[in-house]
Amino acid sequence: MSAVLTEPVTPQAPINRSAGPGIAWGHWSLAGIVLAFLAIFLLVPVGLVIYTAFVNETGALTLGHFSNFFNQTLMRESFVNSLMVALSSVFFASIIAIPLAYLTVRFEFRGALLIQTLGVLPLIMPPFVGAVALQLIFGRSGSVNLLLNDWFGFTIPIMDGLVGVTFVESIHYFPFILLNLVAAMRNIDGAMEESAMNLGAKGWRLFWRIIFPLSLPGYLAGAALVFVKVFDDLGTPLVMGVTNMLAPQAYLRITSVGIEDPLGYVISVIMIVFSILALWMAARVMKGKDYSTLQKGGGSLQRRKLGGWESVLAYGWIVFILLVTLAPHIGILLMSFSKVWSYSVLPDSFTIEHYGTVFTDSKLMIYNTLKYCTMAAGLDIVLGTTIAYLIYRTQLPARQWLDYMASIALAIPGLVLAIGYLRMFKGVNVPFTDTPMVATWFLIMIAYAVRRLPYALRSCMAALQQVHISLEEAASSLGAGKVSTVRRIMVPLMLGGILAGFVTSFITAAVELSATILLTSSQSQAPMSYGIYLYMQSIAGRGPGAALGVIAVAVVALGTYMSHRVIENARAPVRAAHE
Amino acid sequence: MLRTHAVRGLTLSLISAFFAAHAGTVAVVTSFPKELTEIYKKAFESRNPGIKIEILNKNTTASIAYIKELPVGQRPDVMWASAPDAFEVLARDKLLQPAPEVKNPQAPAKVGSYPLNDPEGMYYGQALAGYGLMWNTRYMQANKVPAPKEWADLVKGEYFGHVAMSSPSRSGTTHLTVETILQGEGWEKGWAQMLQISGNCAAITDRSFGVPDGVNNGQYGVGLVIDFFGLASKYSGFPVEFHYPSVTAVVPANIALVAGGKNADEAKKFITFTMSREGQELLFDPKISRLPILPNASFGAKVPANYPDAHEIAKRAKVSFNSTLSSDRYQVVVSLFDQMITFRLKDLQAATGAIHEAERKLKAKPNVQAAELLKQARSFAYSPLVSESMIKDEKFLELFRQNKKEVAVAKQLTGLEDLWNTKAKANYEKAADLAKQASALIK
Repeated sequence: MSAVLTEPVTPQAPINRSAGPGIAWGHWSLAGIVLAFLAIFLLVPVGLVIYTAFVNETGALTLGHFSNFFNQTLMRESFVNSLMVALSSVFFASIIAIPLAYLTVRFEFRGALLIQTLGVLPLIMPPFVGAVALQLIFGRSGSVNLLLNDWFGFTIPIMDGLVGVTFVESIHYFPFILLNLVAAMRNIDGAMEESAMNLGAKGWRLFWRIIFPLSLPGYLAGAALVFVKVFDDLGTPLVMGVTNMLAPQAYLRITSVGIEDPLGYVISVIMIVFSILALWMAARVMKGKDYSTLQKGGGSLQRRKLGGWESVLAYGWIVFILLVTLAPHIGILLMSFSKVWSYSVLPDSFTIEHYGTVFTDSKLMIYNTLKYCTMAAGLDIVLGTTIAYLIYRTQLPARQWLDYMASIALAIPGLVLAIGYLRMFKGVNVPFTDTPMVATWFLIMIAYAVRRLPYALRSCMAALQQVHISLEEAASSLGAGKVSTVRRIMVPLMLGGILAGFVTSFITAAVELSATILLTSSQSQAPMSYGIYLYMQSIAGRGPGAALGVIAVAVVALGTYMSHRVIENARAPVRAAHE
Repeated sequence: MLRTHAVRGLTLSLISAFFAAHAGTVAVVTSFPKELTEIYKKAFESRNPGIKIEILNKNTTASIAYIKELPVGQRPDVMWASAPDAFEVLARDKLLQPAPEVKNPQAPAKVGSYPLNDPEGMYYGQALAGYGLMWNTRYMQANKVPAPKEWADLVKGEYFGHVAMSSPSRSGTTHLTVETILQGEGWEKGWAQMLQISGNCAAITDRSFGVPDGVNNGQYGVGLVIDFFGLASKYSGFPVEFHYPSVTAVVPANIALVAGGKNADEAKKFITFTMSREGQELLFDPKISRLPILPNASFGAKVPANYPDAHEIAKRAKVSFNSTLSSDRYQVVVSLFDQMITFRLKDLQAATGAIHEAERKLKAKPNVQAAELLKQARSFAYSPLVSESMIKDEKFLELFRQNKKEVAVAKQLTGLEDLWNTKAKANYEKAADLAKQASALIK
């Protein structure tokens, strides 16, 4: 086992000694299926829209629009701003996520499961409601600043400008790191930690030299996601009125009524290139290093105990972090019960009538959300595991590009993808019927799957990186076929990561709005995010919108908690057997 | 697993398709809130059993894309929204179909000087709305800011950092307000006023709804909003007030028949209903609070007390709105506003803050030299980068109407935008600098 740490071995597929050309054929066809999916539902539809960036008025190819981009001071400034915000958000998200993960996974910690579940909630920020709630808590006249002003006579402009964007992005997206890091830390062989402790390592040294390096694949998967997501994020800067960043610049140009501005699409292309570059760099860091361990954490994981003042400090920090990161949700909850909340620390009076208002509408919407998101997230982990397998366990040429191609979805505004679908499936009917494809909910579900695939994919890839190839080799030398090795050995060992992927895909799909608005073609297809949008369009509707938001958060959180429980239960018998 | 899902999906979509294609369903694409659409849907369906209304809520951009990308025969039947520019785009792309028979013969042809219906007959005014000022009374009290009465009040130093508005490129109604000010005050003076108001703004929101929302929750003190946002907020119990300034634009919210929809005949019935006397009465519902296209007096006792009369407000307005002028220079106004104000708000705020500071000191202690510096600062900060003579130059306007896909045109345009942007930034910095020098002199 010591070889694992001392000798860097890139996991490589056994060069098909046992298997014949049949396996290679199987790999090719798997790759073909994935590629076809990406082509039909991502590359071609997006291409149909953003080709505008590359052509002139006669349709001839040109790069002129790109040079126009680089000649604009505002664009260069936006680019630098986006980059800075993305980098600092990764930094602050790490500060939030690393202690949460470490404390709850490697120590005896009361309520660890609850903390891990609560730690995922920030990802479920219902559209519009989340932004309004944030303003009500942290904004210029938010509760925090009103209190500060009353007590101490000053306010903190934390929601202002680029600092504000960084603040919101960090508390919104740190769960990407948390989820992947938790999955990775659970997978660390407990013996590694014990050996280190026997040799005298403890405290920071133990963490920085042993635990953190061993969970690096998970951390990098999360950090890369945070970087790319923040770099491409549109909603947050727009809501906070920051326009000198790339994503808002692209959006403002693409959605200007009646103007086909190629510059908007040029910005999209540039965001795609930089997102891929970031992922490529993260892959470079990992290259030539081996993070797989033979024995998986699960059964043998010994949780350490915290000392008296240590645990006070740890709990204090966790409570503080959770309070800050869950503030928007507390805000939404208050909003959903409030009659009027305006320029005051708390709402004036409370009511439950908003829940009555949404109750009749929401049943079908909840059903639709669950239906679309479960299917989309299911599709995502199947695709994610397949792509991870193709990348780390086969020798297909240019296999890394499957990952990069899938990640293009991160940089594509939902509106662009949706327009691409309408364009691509124009006049196409559902087979054997005369129902137009665009009138079905199928495209909404696929749009969710495609937009959230990068999340599931990162988790699946990180999970497979931690599985040592010799376990599969052992299975195959014991006579297991390729398929049963994958099914009985590889997938079960990756399960934590796959689940993390499912959860992120599922919960982020549940609050997707931009593609949803365009693709919804009848009220009976509408998911909850559409319902929230509908209510938030009206002055009187913030209460019902918030109530629907609370229901969305509760439904999704329950799903997350259940899946954590399933994982814990799956492990419990093993642990019991060891003790 | 996927296969079973696909099969189930197929059957489900078959079922839903059966219902959707049921004859007599009118699909209405709209950006209007649920309260409004629900009331109209119910009223219409009860009067016309057999016809169902399917409301599709989409924001303006998504509405246009949705109609544009669907093939003939599968498009929705009715488009119903505020922004006149959205209808212009649809009409230009031949996605609307004239239906002159839906018009209400009792409705006047003009509101003030603004035509109620599209002169080409593609879309029709269904309700009226005027722009005005909305403020949060708690916010104003806490920050000791007086309630504004006119646009010009908002240039004063006491409103610094308390105002919010949307941008004309994001909201067709905001564009009309900006254009009203430009036509009422003249190009140079109008821009000077716009720049001063914007300098006092805490935010230029990306959606027109962001302004009333922010005023309601107390993020901003004063907002430039369309009347029903203000009136409906007040009705919902928020501590806000609304006021029409003497110079304002009264603009119609529009409705139109989409070309290539499924049920044109039923759709026409629905459009006719929204503009009929019965349909217009629904606008008085406090949750809707929009102004009817028919004169208030014609409704008799059905008009709530103190209900604003659109035609009266329009008459009071001193500006005679020239819509040809407005659409001719639309691109320039929108682009100039974004480059000088939306994207440079931080710099404009800094300059405005410094100018207010110097002004206050100057008032307490007059100083000739400082006054001169301040005058220069104001001139740097509050002059439009396109002169009055340029905006009248047909060649210059033509450039903005050309196809942006042509690289040479795009290059010229982006070059111009870059020039405006960098020049604006430099001017604001210079202005802030001069104002600070003036302040220093007075000390």
